This record gives sequence, C-alpha cells and structure tokens, in this order.
Amino acid sequence: MHSAVRRRPDIFVERLETSFGVVERPLSPWQRVANSGTFRKGAILVIIAAVWQLYATRLGNPFVLPTFTATFDAFVASLLSGELLARTMYSIEVLLMGYAAGLVLASVLTALAATTRVGRDLLELLSAMLSPMPAIALLPLAMIWFGLGIGSFVFVLIHSVLWAVALNTNSGFRSVPSALRMVGMNYGLRGLPYIALILVPAAFPSILTGLRIGWAFAWRTLIASELVFGVSSQAGGLGWFIFEKKNMLDIPTVFAGLFMVIAVGLVIEYLVFGLIERATIRKWGMQH
Amino acid sequence: MLADATPTAPEAAAAPSVVLDVAGVTLQYRTTDKIVTATYRVSFSVETADRFVLLGPSGCGKSTLLKAVGGYIEPVEGAINLRGKPIRHPGPDRVMVFQEFDQLLPWKTVRQNVEFALVRSGKCTRTEASDRAMHYIVKVGLAGFEHAYPHTLSGGMKQRVALARGLAVEPDILLMDEPFAALDALTRRKMQEELLQLWDDRHFTVLFVTHSIPEAVLVGNRILLLSPHPGRVRAELDCDGGDDPQPETGKRLSERIHDMLFSTEEARHA
Repeated sequence: MHSAVRRRPDIFVERLETSFGVVERPLSPWQRVANSGTFRKGAILVIIAAVWQLYATRLGNPFVLPTFTATFDAFVASLLSGELLARTMYSIEVLLMGYAAGLVLASVLTALAATTRVGRDLLELLSAMLSPMPAIALLPLAMIWFGLGIGSFVFVLIHSVLWAVALNTNSGFRSVPSALRMVGMNYGLRGLPYIALILVPAAFPSILTGLRIGWAFAWRTLIASELVFGVSSQAGGLGWFIFEKKNMLDIPTVFAGLFMVIAVGLVIEYLVFGLIERATIRKWGMQH
Repeated sequence: MLADATPTAPEAAAAPSVVLDVAGVTLQYRTTDKIVTATYRVSFSVETADRFVLLGPSGCGKSTLLKAVGGYIEPVEGAINLRGKPIRHPGPDRVMVFQEFDQLLPWKTVRQNVEFALVRSGKCTRTEASDRAMHYIVKVGLAGFEHAYPHTLSGGMKQRVALARGLAVEPDILLMDEPFAALDALTRRKMQEELLQLWDDRHFTVLFVTHSIPEAVLVGNRILLLSPHPGRVRAELDCDGGDDPQPETGKRLSERIHDMLFSTEEARHA
C-alpha cells in the first residue's frame, strides 16, 4: 500500500503572487453594444427590410409585393388619417374583453383543479378535448348563439385564451416544490389564501407563459375572425381593415395593416410581458 | 396561578414539561401500487428544551414521523399529542425546517420571508413582525442580507433564513428534517455549532431528524434510534454532547449507536 505512492516534501507559499495586473476591466464600447439584444435584433430587422426592398424593386409588381418604402409610406399615411389607429384600438378593446373573461374562467377552473380531484379531472379532460380546437371553427356557431356582434368575438376569444392559460397554470401548480407547499400549510394557509399566496407566485413562470400564449392565440384569433366575419359592426377592427383594403386593391395598405398586427404583438410582448417578467420571475431568480 | 399551587398529583407536576407525546404510532403511506408501512408502534416523549434526535438509516421512517408530528400525515394507529392536544392539521405551533433549499419563498426577500411566517401564523401584526424578523435575522448572522432574495444566497445562508423563520414564530416545537444534510461538510459543522449556540440562548424545544451518527451525538441531548423497514424503536439514549469513551464499556456513544444500528444487519448479511 505505502510503497505505491512516493513521499514528497510539503510546499508552503510565503508570499502570494501579485503581478497578475487587473482583476476586472470594463468591456469595450463595441462589446457592450454587441451584448445588447435590442441592438442585435434591430440589426436583423434592418437586414430583412433591405432584402425586402431589393426583391420588391426587382419584382416591380406592387399588387403582389409592394416595396418596403411603399408599405412604410402607406403605414404612415393611414396612421396620420387616424383610421388605422381607430381600427386597432377597436380590436384591442374587443381583445381585452375576451382576454379578461378568459382569465376569470381560467382562474376558476384552475382553483378547482388545485383543490379537488374532480376539478383536476374536469380541467384535464376539457382542455384535452377543447384545446386543439381552432377558435375560428367555433365562430359560425357563436354567430348563431350570440349574433353578429362583439358577443361572438368575445366567445371565441375566451376559447382561445382559456385553455392555454388553464393548462399552463395547472402544470405550474403541480410542479410547485413540496417543501414550499408544506411551508404554506405550516403557517396555517388553506384554500384560496393558499392558492393566492403560495401556488400562484410559486407557479408564476408557468402562469406567465400561459398568459403569453393565451394572448398570442387571442390576437391571431381575433384578427382572423374579423377578416372573415368582421362586417358585423360598422366600425370593424384591424382584421376588417385589412380585408377592406384588399377589396380596394390597396395592397401597400394591406401590408401596413399587417405591420400593425406585428407592431401590436411586439409592443405587448416586449413592453407588457417583458416588464412583468423583469419585475417578477427574473427578480426572484426563477428565470434567467 | 394560586389555584395551581394547591395540591397537585405528582404526575401533574411532571406532565407540563412534556411538549410532545408520541404513543404507539404506526404510519403508512400509499404509492401508486402499494401501501408502505413507514413506522410501526413508535413511542417517545419530547420534554421542554429537549434537543430530541430521531436517528436511523434511510427507510426507517424518521422523516415520515416528523411529517406526522407536523400534521401532514395522519397515523393509522396511535396518538400524537402536542401539549396534551391531538395533532390534526399543520399549524404554526410546530414549525418545520426542511433539508431542501427551496423551502424559502423565492418571491420574497429574507426579511419578507420571516415576516410572512409571523403575520400568516397570526403571531404578530405587520409592524411588530418587521422588528421581530430583523431580530432573528441578526441572531442567525444574516444582518446586511435582509433585503436579499433567496436565489442570491448560498445554501448555508438559505438554511439560516429557514432557521430564523422557524425560531421567529416561536413554536412549541421546532421540527428539523435533516436541515444540514444538503450542505458541504464545513458549512454543516458550522451550522451545527450555531444551532447549539442559539439553543444556549433561547432553550427552544427541537425535534431533529438525521441519518448521521456524529450529527446526532453532537446536536442531541436525547437520541431515539430507529431500525428500518418499518421504523421501530431500537433504543432511546441520553447524550451530553460529548463523545468520549464511557468508563463502563470503554466505548464511545457513537460506536455504541453504530453497533446497535448495524449489528442485526451485519448478522443477516453474514
């Protein structure tokens, strides 16, 4: 045993090496700019716009693909006329109604699922059945039940929000660590206070994902529904705006409408959800 | 108070010092395909200011026993009484400290974690909670970290917060489920000593679960040895915190415990 290793003398370092220079040094301006996600993504956007412009100019057919600059001009023009903004606000208003109603229902379903076994079975069964159903497929039926008005839109919006939010919230609740659950119960929390003060914050990463997916589903459902059935009210939303402009063969403005669909999506994603994320799960170290 | 001073039976004089009484408790839990008996007819009593250790190898049901005392599991047989009252639900008169680092609420700062426990358990109002939380955070050596979120803390610091939270509530009994098992050896040693220092200061009652013989000998003043599959009481030993060879046998306490826990198994495997 002992002969297998060679004995060597101990080594002590009397004075530690100090000639290593700086321990830390600030990044160069270029390194800092390249670290900014906004900058990198902005650069990609500029490249896409440039490719679009080049291709559309070579194609030379504004009815198929207007140039980027023509689209941008149409976008500014319809913004300035106030029409595009009014249509967008109308759509967002309907969207918020449907989204809020969907969230209320999702809260009730998930609270039931978190507290009772029947509730959990119900939620799992319903969401397995209804989640894959495209919301737009329910619209004809909704029109019969609720008429040619906002009611029908709110109905299909609820459908598109509800399952995404409920499913994600439920899976978030179920992955809350058992130590955390037991801590909550230890301090006497039961029922709704337990859900509100322990489960919801602990499952917030999943809940936020659900809210994001639900929002995206709702937004595309609404635009698509308006495109198909948007004639219902005189005002009409953004989808109807796009449909109208297509009928008038005002293709650059159709693109401007699509621009707006994207712009609203970006604003909600980066401003609303991005800020919520930074103020909650990033700050709490639940996501990096 | 005067009424209490008038003639009392001898057992009544001894009884008030018993905080927790576990009598003939059998615990079972259900997995997806079977029912497992975790402990079988386990009895012991924890008295005021005890550092009572449940010690045994994995599978002896010590954690399950602690959860039953916590009120999370109902015994199928036997009774668990806290100050003479049966335990039915989890409650802030018995605070658990877990092994897992994720027992802290990640969305609250160190101080808010302690305040949350104080307010929710109804121990004090929001304004009182703030001072009391700070007092215990300083006690566990985390002054300056009160506004830190748990994810920025080391494992040892997180366990200190959990300990501060448990102590601040001032429960009848503190239930510690292998609280230092996930720590590195140096931090564990330090935390064990700090726990003893805190105990010297407040003389709180604690029920401590561990599978480490040295930890049991160091932390406990009374050690309950449990044998595995299912957990049954093998011995209940007094311990003065030292581990010197004992005059009558010439053996250290930790050696005796080791022999008792492993003698039957070695005989079986031989």
